[in-house]
Amino acid sequence: MAGKKPLVYPYIPNSAPIAKAEMLQAVGAKSVDDFYADIPASLRLKGKLNLPEPLLSEAELIRHVDGLLNKNKSTRETLSFLGAGCYQHQVPAVCDEINSRGEFLTAYAGDPYEDHGRFQALFEYESLMAELLNMDVVNVPNYDGFQATATALRMAVRITGRTKILISANIGVDKLSKVREYLKPDIAIEQIPFDLKTGLLDLSALKAKLHAEIAAVYFENPTYLGLLETQGRQISTAAHAAGALSVVSAEPLSLGVIAPPVDYGADIVCGDIQSLGMHMHYGGGHAGYIASPDDPKFVMEFPSRLFGIAPTIVEGEYGFGDVAYERTSFARREQGKEWVGTAAALWGITAGVYLALMGPQGMVEIGEGIMKKCRYAMKKIAAIPGLKVIFADTPHFTEFVVSFDGAGKTAAAVNQALLERDIFGGKDLSAEFPVLGQSILFCVSEVHTQADLDCLTDSLKEALQ
Amino acid sequence: MKPIAKKPLPRRFQQARWDEPVIFELSQPGQRGVLLPPVEAGIQQEVGNPAQALPAILRRKVPPTLPEMSQIHVLRHYARLSQENLGMDLNIDIGQGTCTMKYSPKINDQLARSPKLTELHPLQDPATVQGILEVMHRLEGMLKEISGMERITLQPGAGSAAIYANVCMIRAFHVGRSEDKQRDEVITTIFSHPSNAAAAKVAGYKVITLYPDADGYPDLQALKAAVSERTAALLITNPEDTGIFNPRIEEFVRLVHAAGGLCSYDQANANGILGITRAREAGFDLCHFNLHKTFSTPHGCGGPAAGACGVNAALVPFLPIPTVEFDGRKYYLDYNRPQSVGKTRPFYGVTPNMLKAYAWIMSLGADGLREVAEIAVLNNNYLMKKVLEIRGAGVPFAKGKRRIEQVRYSWEQLTRETGIRSEEIETRVADFGMHYWTSHHPFVVPEPMTLEPTESYSKADLEEYAAMLKQISDEAYTNPEIIKTAPHNSTVHQILHEPFDNPDEWAVTWRAYLRKTGRKKG
Repeated sequence: MAGKKPLVYPYIPNSAPIAKAEMLQAVGAKSVDDFYADIPASLRLKGKLNLPEPLLSEAELIRHVDGLLNKNKSTRETLSFLGAGCYQHQVPAVCDEINSRGEFLTAYAGDPYEDHGRFQALFEYESLMAELLNMDVVNVPNYDGFQATATALRMAVRITGRTKILISANIGVDKLSKVREYLKPDIAIEQIPFDLKTGLLDLSALKAKLHAEIAAVYFENPTYLGLLETQGRQISTAAHAAGALSVVSAEPLSLGVIAPPVDYGADIVCGDIQSLGMHMHYGGGHAGYIASPDDPKFVMEFPSRLFGIAPTIVEGEYGFGDVAYERTSFARREQGKEWVGTAAALWGITAGVYLALMGPQGMVEIGEGIMKKCRYAMKKIAAIPGLKVIFADTPHFTEFVVSFDGAGKTAAAVNQALLERDIFGGKDLSAEFPVLGQSILFCVSEVHTQADLDCLTDSLKEALQ
Repeated sequence: MKPIAKKPLPRRFQQARWDEPVIFELSQPGQRGVLLPPVEAGIQQEVGNPAQALPAILRRKVPPTLPEMSQIHVLRHYARLSQENLGMDLNIDIGQGTCTMKYSPKINDQLARSPKLTELHPLQDPATVQGILEVMHRLEGMLKEISGMERITLQPGAGSAAIYANVCMIRAFHVGRSEDKQRDEVITTIFSHPSNAAAAKVAGYKVITLYPDADGYPDLQALKAAVSERTAALLITNPEDTGIFNPRIEEFVRLVHAAGGLCSYDQANANGILGITRAREAGFDLCHFNLHKTFSTPHGCGGPAAGACGVNAALVPFLPIPTVEFDGRKYYLDYNRPQSVGKTRPFYGVTPNMLKAYAWIMSLGADGLREVAEIAVLNNNYLMKKVLEIRGAGVPFAKGKRRIEQVRYSWEQLTRETGIRSEEIETRVADFGMHYWTSHHPFVVPEPMTLEPTESYSKADLEEYAAMLKQISDEAYTNPEIIKTAPHNSTVHQILHEPFDNPDEWAVTWRAYLRKTGRKKG
């Protein structure tokens, strides 16, 4: 080390030798090692960490990371029809502008005085979602739609004092996996089959399984397979008749045209807000919402922060703060409701920006537009000999299932053939829903043009030759 | 001209006060913020309007009552709200102890904004996402080295989710040995994050909480009394939220192991020990890091964050699916893990934060990480010296000992002598453009204050923060009214909190507020 100039790191102001020496002297330490006196020798790392040589300058770092990212091919460079829980939509530039602002991006847990803006923006997010959902209580986002479902069901268990859940079997396996693990060990899950003709919940099977120990009936709208559940009212009524709650996961982007679940009897509504202004981020853009009636029976069971509005000592000022904070694990550790912690607040702010930009008209137009484009793709594909759109007579929102059994092709082979034509096909369902045979879940959104959809149809025709 | 007076310490701050309405009040009928791509005539002719053909039960009758705003007005509203928010970029953000508020380098944000990441769908063919899979695999490798653990999962969405994932793996481990019925207790400490206790409770465990002994260390005798054949695991932080490193941690681990339990290390407080000591050497079976704390990814007003769980070989089979693997030629996702606890969240985790953490480690290397730790600790001990010079401030426990990366202080003396409480100081701090936090509940340390001056702050920053605390202390002794009536320079004045705990008055949404107050829309 002799003669070598110590490295001063731009992210570490006091790595400058002058500051370091002054501070050591001020605290009466010979070296920084003095501070670690409590750490026994047996625990001290011998030598240094075996990490790659650092890239100290921005130029080197950019070159390295670009080199890695350039091995990716994005949906900007290809046509993609992938959905299945993560959705490609246009993200308005203003969404990115707001969530990139350092005031929001780098803030954390400030109180309502230094971080009034964060509180107001998240209160507004809750309020905008509430209009979409036609409900009076919405949480500050939790991690993702999977967590939202899992927590909504635990809330239902606490509210009803019962410990069994009925779940529609048309749920995706990943979400079911999360929910199962989260409801262990005290809550039992039973799946209700779906009708193989319509893809929708089998009502008679549901009624046969409802009894006095059921806390909640859970279904999705649209379902994982893209279908709009038309029996929401009957399902909720049946659940209520047995003293159970109706818990519904809804895609918020559909709610400009689709009725909010509370209108057909849902008690707790949950889901993911990735579609509302978040990029896909390779699956890293998720956040969850939970909504309920404004009834303490429900409100007191939320684990999440709930930001509310209140007056200040100055007339005309809006103040914000935590509603019913004592229910949280921050206040009461294991006596609180589940837990609360850092989750996905910035995505909540972003979703608020998105809804404000879209307005009522935008939400109606995007819903109608997606349904038109989806229907068009279904129609074109159904016309290809050998292909069948499964559940074609049930209403769809943004996704639909195509069976390739009649064409004698595996879903994997079809997706591979599409990939060779520079198209990301849909989600291969053959392992997840064997009952649907060799089938693919395609997703169509507002970003697709007629030419894109015709290109998919033509490419499928070629792939089948 | 004569020279202008130098800037005083603490600075004279005034928070932005835009007097901004709630967004619904900004609605102007007919205005639009964005337009959508057209639905071509060819599509229209082919399908009509399927939304209109929906069964009545599914059709929304009235469009949602969202505000109608032009683009600039949405932008301006949120830009103003952002100005009424501080953020690490603007303030000397050392007041949020336990949370490791450090500089999130802008270059890393810029890299993560690449469409080569933002526009990737998680179900793309692996051949088209080799770059991001390589980043994940490399980041796992780095965190393996930093923790000494066998494997890492990057899937949990934040620190508490990582704690819960670890608890799930602990449960699966005991199920595998048919000891899950017997092992129904989890032990933690009061100076470990509340989520250790809360996550264990959700997973069905009885929670035993150890309190500090007279020196502030987790009580070894209490642990001995608590450990038994019912112990599933110990969930513990070290250094704890007091900033005190528990030198007997190996003994803690040995005791729990001897009883057949597992030990999980909450490394939320890892910033001061990077490259100094690791989970492996202390014998832990599991650990977790917060990428948004120690590894610099921005906190985003409370997420998106990212958690990373490390496990030793015995726990590897239970990792969430999928893992990221490399076969010598290509990277791939491995779902074929029959003993896995399954999914922690959709897909693979908070990918942009993984890239930011990866870039941060790459820009520092082993020497840089050690410098991070050493300077964080030096900063902390320097600040402690400054704070202890302030009248009324104290540090309970381990008198005369150094602290690692943070300190839990007490204003007990100040409260006794002036009546001013720590929570009142918190509000007054906002008047100086800074942030301050008491501690997690319950307040084991009376009138607590927790400061964590990470490596990102200069000596002058620390002195400015201390000068502010000194001024507030002086005020407490000479003019307590200014504290009791604070904030004065904030966006708003004292909030009347009563409605927040009254179901008849609380309003979590604007529509509830309008309904409960009888105020008309518009």
